Amino acid sequence: MAATFFGEVVKAPCRAGAEDDEEEEEERRRETPEDREVRRQLARKSLATFHLGSQSAPWTRDTNLRSSCLSLPQCRDYSGTVPSERFLSSTPSGREVRLLRRQTKASLEVALLEKYSCSRFIIAVGNNAVAFLSSFVMNSGVWEEVGCAKLWNEWCRTTDAVHMSPTEAHCVFYHLKSNPSVFLCQCSCYVAEDQQYQWLEKVFGSCPKKNMQVTVLTCRHVTDYKTSESTGSLPSPFLKALKTQNFKDPVCCSLLEQPNIVHDLPAAVLSYCQVWQLPAVLYLCYTDVMKLDLLTAEAFKPVLSSRGLKGLAKNVPQSTEILRKLMTANEVQSNIYT
Amino acid sequence: MFVPCGESGPDLSGCTLLLPAVSVGNVGQLAIDLIISTLNMSKIGYFYTDCLVPMVGNNPYATAEENSTELSINTEVYSLPSRKLVALQLRSIFIKYKSSSFCEKLLSWVKSSSFARVIVLSSSHSYQRNDLQLRSTPFRYLLTPCMQDSAQNEIQSLNWQEMEKTPCIPEMSDSDYCVRIPGGGITRTLYQESCSKEIPMAVLLKFVSEGDNIPDALGLVEYLNEWLQIIKPQSDDPTPSTLPWKIPSSWKLLFGSGLPPALF
Repeated sequence: MAATFFGEVVKAPCRAGAEDDEEEEEERRRETPEDREVRRQLARKSLATFHLGSQSAPWTRDTNLRSSCLSLPQCRDYSGTVPSERFLSSTPSGREVRLLRRQTKASLEVALLEKYSCSRFIIAVGNNAVAFLSSFVMNSGVWEEVGCAKLWNEWCRTTDAVHMSPTEAHCVFYHLKSNPSVFLCQCSCYVAEDQQYQWLEKVFGSCPKKNMQVTVLTCRHVTDYKTSESTGSLPSPFLKALKTQNFKDPVCCSLLEQPNIVHDLPAAVLSYCQVWQLPAVLYLCYTDVMKLDLLTAEAFKPVLSSRGLKGLAKNVPQSTEILRKLMTANEVQSNIYT
Repeated sequence: MFVPCGESGPDLSGCTLLLPAVSVGNVGQLAIDLIISTLNMSKIGYFYTDCLVPMVGNNPYATAEENSTELSINTEVYSLPSRKLVALQLRSIFIKYKSSSFCEKLLSWVKSSSFARVIVLSSSHSYQRNDLQLRSTPFRYLLTPCMQDSAQNEIQSLNWQEMEKTPCIPEMSDSDYCVRIPGGGITRTLYQESCSKEIPMAVLLKFVSEGDNIPDALGLVEYLNEWLQIIKPQSDDPTPSTLPWKIPSSWKLLFGSGLPPALF
């Protein structure tokens, strides 16, 4: 706990993360479905009463809720704040990761890489990595979509978890028509911590194939890079790599030094590959521009010479031009001063 | 689940398992880092679950260019066969609602691997101490009933202080008393489950505040060392400053990168 300047006592976030309060959450989740339904109806009733306004008797949050709350066996002392999701089921719903064929909307019954044979799997996470693969790799061959991952979390732009429109899928899987064992994933959405393992399961499955080589491309902000110099003096964008024990090929840039670490989906993929002894490499671009940026996307160019992407980029000058046009098309033209 | 690095799983029966709780100041984790680094323990596998936030980085215990490029993940298992010591290191926080599941999986692995005993290194919020605790040593221990049978005599000879029971609901004057470890993360769950599953477990913790917790970690390993004698003093002088705990190479820039010169 910590005291604020105004004399309030608030719960300060702990670096260690897990707190004993998690036990309370666990207890709340052990409620029976009937308890949860009662709480939901109470919440709906009190919200409805609140919205009726002058049509009903003046509604006092404290008395109305406290009296109904005390009748429930596990209710805690309610401090009188506006009813919110505290009274709804605390089991996260709508956070499943589903893998399906976009055209037919049919879910894939097995994991993607269990259904298909795969020798190379390239994953781009984030808009700059996706733009790079789009311009240099996808424009150099014919790629066929084999599936997409649909998921929802607080970072998604869409607000309706249930009725996501088919065009809003942000994690799409392709394979090369001329060599169907080469797979590519364009992931421009954020996959939350509690969804990353689900994503791995749906894509890699439970039988990892040891002859598959994995390449991951992603970006991080340069302020995340720890160095004894000031990050302001670093020549960003710059590339760093991390590889698993079974990855024996040369890397296209220097390795990421300690104490730097990587999180999120790229870390989940690399961890999976390390544990199950798959050869995998992560190319990480540190940049000071996180939105779509030409310099940042071009910083991945050295990766084109790696074994993972060998032969997939045909005409680099043409691809550079396509990338430049992609950037221009996405620029928001400010016309405040015109 | 435990996944070995090599083809076959090592025999862990009869070993002592050291593990941290993700707790205030990350003291347990820092202490395990010190132990792995000092004893030069080798990695034998991973405890791969969906319970902790994924993270990767290069070898945090690198001593030379050659061993600095081995990838490390969020939960790894190290061993020192000559001392029958095994250490599990946790490097990230629990995903919401997954801590109980992790405790179940961990204790199930402890049982199936036939570890002789488990020692959890942890910490608790120093601001939650009562008056008696404020005036005494900041170190505490807890033993499960079946651990008491084997270790109570040793512990008593060390004059250690057992973690006191405090009111379950501090605001109530007639509340029951129980073991509370505020800021201890999964420590209490692990202890309670081990009591009921008859697992020989000891919890060693220190009351700490968030900040630079390296001295707290050094204190906690010294506390453990009083019992296990992991490393012996090099001279006759047993004072803590003479014990050669090796700081891992990854313990740098803990509070951020260098500052821009223009700031000054």
